[in-house]
Amino acid sequence: MATKLLGERIKRKEDPRLIQGRGHYVDDIKLGGMLHMAFARSPYGHARITSIHTEAARNAPGVVAVLASGDLKGKLGQVPCAAGMKGLKVPHHPCLAEERVRYVGEPVVAVVATDRYLATDAAAQVEIEYEMLPAVTSMDKAIESGSTLVHESFGDNIAFRDQLEGGDWKTVESDSSVRVIKQRLINQRLGPVAMETRGVVASYSPGEDTLTVWSSTQVPHILKTQLSLMTGIDEPRCRVIAPEVGGAFGSKLNVYAEEGVACFASKLLGSPVKWIEGRRENLAGTIHGRDQINDLEVYYKPDGKVVGLKCRILADMGAYFQLLTPAIPTSTPLMILGCYDIPCVSVETIGVFTNKMATDAYRGAGRPEATYIIERAMNMVAHELKMDPVDVRTRNFPAAGKDVALATGVTYDTADYQKTLKKVLKISRYPQLRKEQQRLRKKGKLLGIGLSTYVEICAMGPSSRMPAGGWESGTVRVEPTGRVTVLSGASPHGQGEQTSFAQIVAQELGIPFDDVTVFHGDTAQVPMGIGTFGSRTTAVGGTAIYVAAQRIRKKMARIAAHKLEVKPGDVVFDEGTIQLKGGSKSVTFKKVAEEAYLAKHLPPGVEPGLSETYVFEPPNFTYPFGAHVAVTEVDEKTGEIRLRNYFAVDDCGRILNPMLVDGQVQGGIAQGAGQALVEDLIYDENAQLLTGSLMDYAIPKADLLPWLETANTETRTPVNPLGVKGVGEAGTIGSTPAIVNAVADALGVRHIDMPLKPERVWNILKQSARPGGEAA
Amino acid sequence: MIPEPFEYHVPKTIEEAAQLVAQFGDDGKVLAGGHSLVPLMKLRLASPRHLVDIARLDGLRYIHEKDGRIEIGALTTHYRIESSSLLKEKCPLLPLTAREIGDVQVRNKGTLGGSLAHADPAADWPAAAVGLGAEMKAVSTNGERWIPASEFFVDLMMTSLAPGEIVTAVRFPVLPPRSGDAYVKHRHPASGFAVVGVAARVTLDDKGHVQSARVGVTGIAPVAYRASGVEQAITGKAPTTKNIEQAASRAADGIEANGDLYASAEYRAHLVTVYTERALAAAAEKPGNTN
Amino acid sequence: MKVRIRLNGNWREDDVEPRMLLVHYLREVAGLTGTHIGCETSLCGACTVLLNGDAAKSCTIFAVQADGAEITTIEGLGTDGNLHPLQQGFWEEHGLHCGFCTPGMILAAHQLLGRNPHPAREEIRHALEGNLCRCTGYQHIVKAIEWAVEHSGDRQAHQAAAAQAATTEPALKR
Repeated sequence: MATKLLGERIKRKEDPRLIQGRGHYVDDIKLGGMLHMAFARSPYGHARITSIHTEAARNAPGVVAVLASGDLKGKLGQVPCAAGMKGLKVPHHPCLAEERVRYVGEPVVAVVATDRYLATDAAAQVEIEYEMLPAVTSMDKAIESGSTLVHESFGDNIAFRDQLEGGDWKTVESDSSVRVIKQRLINQRLGPVAMETRGVVASYSPGEDTLTVWSSTQVPHILKTQLSLMTGIDEPRCRVIAPEVGGAFGSKLNVYAEEGVACFASKLLGSPVKWIEGRRENLAGTIHGRDQINDLEVYYKPDGKVVGLKCRILADMGAYFQLLTPAIPTSTPLMILGCYDIPCVSVETIGVFTNKMATDAYRGAGRPEATYIIERAMNMVAHELKMDPVDVRTRNFPAAGKDVALATGVTYDTADYQKTLKKVLKISRYPQLRKEQQRLRKKGKLLGIGLSTYVEICAMGPSSRMPAGGWESGTVRVEPTGRVTVLSGASPHGQGEQTSFAQIVAQELGIPFDDVTVFHGDTAQVPMGIGTFGSRTTAVGGTAIYVAAQRIRKKMARIAAHKLEVKPGDVVFDEGTIQLKGGSKSVTFKKVAEEAYLAKHLPPGVEPGLSETYVFEPPNFTYPFGAHVAVTEVDEKTGEIRLRNYFAVDDCGRILNPMLVDGQVQGGIAQGAGQALVEDLIYDENAQLLTGSLMDYAIPKADLLPWLETANTETRTPVNPLGVKGVGEAGTIGSTPAIVNAVADALGVRHIDMPLKPERVWNILKQSARPGGEAA
Repeated sequence: MIPEPFEYHVPKTIEEAAQLVAQFGDDGKVLAGGHSLVPLMKLRLASPRHLVDIARLDGLRYIHEKDGRIEIGALTTHYRIESSSLLKEKCPLLPLTAREIGDVQVRNKGTLGGSLAHADPAADWPAAAVGLGAEMKAVSTNGERWIPASEFFVDLMMTSLAPGEIVTAVRFPVLPPRSGDAYVKHRHPASGFAVVGVAARVTLDDKGHVQSARVGVTGIAPVAYRASGVEQAITGKAPTTKNIEQAASRAADGIEANGDLYASAEYRAHLVTVYTERALAAAAEKPGNTN
Repeated sequence: MKVRIRLNGNWREDDVEPRMLLVHYLREVAGLTGTHIGCETSLCGACTVLLNGDAAKSCTIFAVQADGAEITTIEGLGTDGNLHPLQQGFWEEHGLHCGFCTPGMILAAHQLLGRNPHPAREEIRHALEGNLCRCTGYQHIVKAIEWAVEHSGDRQAHQAAAAQAATTEPALKR
């Protein structure tokens, strides 16, 4: 057999260039005659623009153009939204603000100059006069009648209402043993904060009438289509390239105003135009994540069985829609029952406009919110019943199996939640932890142990359920030299699929790993694609490549068999040769590749060349699951928290490269820990952004996290032939509730809101220090 | 990210620097390590027309001990202080403070004088400076003077340096016998600045009681301050947990604490008592161990 | 203004505006784009370079301040076939995903190992407080640095041999 590659820990093909500083991110791209763009942005959350004076900016050194909304009117389309649902109110979203600004950081005027410094200087000289208007930032206030309106023409601030019902609530209501917990949970607003901010270089060639765009994006093909629609440049003449992308986490699964304006400016001026986002622009004007208020009712019985869940979700849209804004919170109700067989569910989701930046997909995108709700619910039930949270969970797990249907109408591909739970209890030595907790309690020390058993929805997904297509394309081309080119329509940006896709192809074709080169991100090179998000790249994009490789293999087997004068079914691929089983006759892989192109001795009916493209349409999503345990210490005097231990067992289906899976899980846990512990994007009541730089908005640093003990179980999915489920978001989804549960456990309280700032914890400690307080 | 244009001047002597600074007045700023000023310039919160770069005045980079005092040149970096074996022995509070500043890159470039002259209320140095009663040497075209720390910090980002004066050195009292130093800090999770920072020096008498205590606090008020109530309360007493706790409870007496998004005034005032406890306990533990 | 900087071993002289940040000088003037910009507030460390041997944030230094200095960027650390143990460690231990923070991380780690050749894990984490990574959760970065600690002798031996060859060769020519 050929060397086994799938399942092996193989070093990344991406790394040599990146560890030498030789990768090219958008800001590293330089073109002759390139101009630089900067924006004057709204300093107000809600205001009327009364005048714009651009003379000073126009006359500033190096300035080539100054653009306001009037310059774009009828020439550049609005920022697109792909989400469509019944009754959805879609705001007009111009690339540059027209009469009003509706959030801090909204682009108003673009300045193009010969140099980055001069563009910045000139943008500071644009004079915009505003008449301030009352703003609305609280969702509770925004949905009241008579509230300040973000969009007056809509008559209210409600973008949509969505209702999900399941099960027979009468049985719950008529059962007198059923108790209820009511609790408001806040899934606070977060900043994705990819280390590389957004950026774009747009280059229009007037002679050829072609537009080439380098963008820090997760979805180059979608961006190409949308930029063509926005600019009116014929789509065959548009090309988008995602070069190295320095992280995204959902924030670059989008089409942004600045991209449209850069293309417009390049076409107008006939020169390449570059725009690189600053970090403050990034925090104000790149999509935000989460921002839901969840009013929860948990119906449960004295034995810990949960019989129903009701929730009203207020989902903050911000002022405008980006590509998927209203679609994101609709995954929350779908996953709100988590991995529990809860017979009744009722969820109302209300999308609410406020004077803030749009929310959209951020790592997990609607599912971390759901997992937080249900995992907090399980712990609240345990708290009320004084049960071990493990017991409440096991009481509510469905039986293990395939195609497990829940009251939400969702069918999980595979379910075996005991398996990951048992494993995490073992590696965390859970019973000993509980004993240690008791010992420390007696000394007045607060140790908390938090559990989360999650299931997520991944491998986005069947096209019927996706706003903009759920398939993915893969091309495998054996070149005349016998080396192999792989093209994927997915667009990874750190996940490492140049490595894992090469593993798939090299193993399938029995050739060395080094003979395979994977490309992605260039629409001129990759025929079609969707992109990288929703933990889909390997499960959907990898499957497309896997099938394309199988087709290549079949064709090469025919050519080889013809040459060896044997049956195609009797040849095997191994170590760069194609041979008759048993090895008595063989031909090199390279020779067969050459033959396919020379085409002198092809079997009848076989076309020359060796290139196969497959587009995989997944029949369902996948539903990875796992169990996490967090151990936290709480300083009883200050409320400071130390995350002391962390254990994670994740089941993402078949593992192609354990090193990459570990990396995804660890990075995910860190981001989930960020939400639990430190991250919080805050607007005040005037819609001013108070956490507008990394001086105020904290993301996890190296010393926030303990050593993460990770392990896996492998329950293959039947949804795709690789058996892969996806792992990009698992850590983020599992870790947030585990950490909050640990701190609530340490404090002995039913609930505490995120982020777990020391002061918030201290406030609880103060209360419990009083007589009659809750904590031990 | 991009500062406004300025003219850049590199004086060859401190006299020349003082002349330039006097000449430019409000339009000029002294540039040392730049790690307080450049961040402000990048955000255009400061836009001086002239920068007088004194970083090449190598004579301002030293750590000396003389006459029972430690004198440190203003251009000495946080890292040099952090790693100085002389200071670890003679004035350990300084390395203990230095290692808590920012991050390694900042400590490599940022300077003692630059940080003090910047007078950020959440900076670390003011706790040690005020706590130990440091003196800052200010040089101008009119000559030089030493300004006690208690008079140096005037208000938020404001010092008593006269226009045209440059900080060239700072001196601190050395650690007396039977004494210990400590600096403890609650870091802001984003900026790394001190939400609360407490510097303490405790000297014990031969019975093991506190002979003197010095406590400097940064982060909670517009300017760093000496917690004299705490000092008085612990002096003459045994450094027991209970005595320390009682004394430390006075750490915010008479102080109007700052409140912000991260920590309210009430919480800061509470934190400072706990951190003062920790600082006193750590400082009082050391003489027993080392002397 | 004229600046003379020894960049990755080679002196160069350029005319720059006083306000030009060192990171822009490196990226735009010298064309070395391995040094990145990730924040505006001197916190993220993506722009870390070695300035006269010490790790520094090149976004917080004007190029004119570096006149006469020696600067090492990621491009000057090691290249294919002769990777620095830290670069190799990041590769071996999956110390990077998107790679944007990586050059700064490697140079911050370089500073750490220069001062503390056998750091404990907590010391490694502490030394990375000026460098943000949003992808890895830092654990593999810590392992990458530990890998470099374990293998730091390899390259030294290799370089010593190379240096010896280099010093003997001209002698023979003379």
